[in-house]
Amino acid sequence: MSKTNHITTGLDMDTLHAGRRRLSFKDEEITLRINNFNLYYGDKQALKNVNLEIPRNKVTAFIGPSGCGKSTLLRSINRMNDLIDNVSIKGEIQLDEQNIFDKSVNVVDLRRRVGMVFQRPNPFPKSIYENVAYGLRIQGINNRRTLDEVVEKSLHGAALWDEVKDRLHDNALGLSGGQQQRLVIARAIAIEPEVLLLDEPASALDPISTLKLEELIYELKDKYTIVIVTHNMQQAARVSDYTAFLYMGELIEFSDTNTIFTNPKTKQTEDYITGRYG
Amino acid sequence: MRSKDIGHHISAQFNAELEEIRSKVLTMGGLVEQQTLDAVRALVEGDSELGETAILNDYKVNALEVTIDEECSQILARRQPTAGDLRLVVAIIKTITDLERIGDEAEKIGHLAVHLAGMEGNKQHFNAINALGEHVHTMIHDALDAFARLDVEQALAVAKMDSKVDEQYNGITRQLITYMMEDPRSITRSLDVMWAARALERIGDHATNICEYVIYLVRGKDVRHTSIEQMEEAARKH
Repeated sequence: MSKTNHITTGLDMDTLHAGRRRLSFKDEEITLRINNFNLYYGDKQALKNVNLEIPRNKVTAFIGPSGCGKSTLLRSINRMNDLIDNVSIKGEIQLDEQNIFDKSVNVVDLRRRVGMVFQRPNPFPKSIYENVAYGLRIQGINNRRTLDEVVEKSLHGAALWDEVKDRLHDNALGLSGGQQQRLVIARAIAIEPEVLLLDEPASALDPISTLKLEELIYELKDKYTIVIVTHNMQQAARVSDYTAFLYMGELIEFSDTNTIFTNPKTKQTEDYITGRYG
Repeated sequence: MRSKDIGHHISAQFNAELEEIRSKVLTMGGLVEQQTLDAVRALVEGDSELGETAILNDYKVNALEVTIDEECSQILARRQPTAGDLRLVVAIIKTITDLERIGDEAEKIGHLAVHLAGMEGNKQHFNAINALGEHVHTMIHDALDAFARLDVEQALAVAKMDSKVDEQYNGITRQLITYMMEDPRSITRSLDVMWAARALERIGDHATNICEYVIYLVRGKDVRHTSIEQMEEAARKH
């Protein structure tokens, strides 16, 4: 008689339950701590006492209606708001335990550590190669070998290498919108930042380029902490691990993305993501 | 999620689509409720014509299941619902599966009723079947009501009724065993009655499942395969 073969699925109960387990915030290492942060444009208060911790090597999405303060909050993280007159702030944002508004912090250095990509791709009117090498050149690095290596590595990192490797010295403005946006990301990661801020990175792209960009975001989070602002809620649902919902300058709800999109705790969040009026 | 929250989308079209699906689910529920009622009455009263009605009714139920499923997949594809809307669509997809199975069980009882109507014999134990049928009918009715009003308390109350159904079913089984031992000629008949009782017991389980989906829909918590106490806790905690 032949030996009985027990059919096993290869799954034990622990594995099954692991699939149901949600991300646990307490296991995360925190890159950015936003503490009691307030921001005013003149008299108008744009952010009201925001408290938020952004975990390392995860994608955090800011969602909310226009004017809710999500882009303002994103731009505060690398002090882009310094460039606007009339802006005053209270509270602090810590990057790796250091307040970025501290007098000892060099803004140029901060922006090297916190890269940013905008809604419209903004490559420089230079070659593809020079766009990516730009950040290194202004740091005074001109060694051809180093530059070649970084350019290739960054273009690989931005999932653009295969498409442009034969025309690195062509003008970057000849690339398609989706390619330009990935080129800008390659330029941002060439200087090896810790944090990448993406402000509506896909809103000017067609659906296929958008999917490529989202795929890229997924790959990039192994190395970087990513914060993304998006109006496209399905995009936030697809790419992010954590989601913060802002409304009228206040942080209404922050949770793992699964919870926000299946069972949000506040009615305001629910109304916004399901497209209802309050 | 509360019942008044289902409307109020900025897209009036989306409101209308969800409302239409919801009312189709309730129509389907009404059909299987009537079908169960007819089947049990046909069996108890030996009315084979009513039994046929219960059997034929199943086509309508099946057709509705297909239509509602189709509309749900269209909403998933076109609207990408989230949060409460997503839970509503998921709960509906699951609810109609259970409703369709209730329909199948009622159809089974209809066939048994037609079969039994042509047989001579003791009708005493039909009282017990009638009582079980009424009990199960109340469960379907109240489960649908809980679904329509998104009423968690009512869903819990229905789920609690299921243990009573199981008791009644066991009682009928014991009773039938004694009949069969007394008179082996009654075995064919008794087995038919037993299948009918079994079908009613299954209907009670399906009604309980629907109540679990109501709790999922309203509270966002999956209470399947938990004890009634855990279910209560999940339903009451916000």
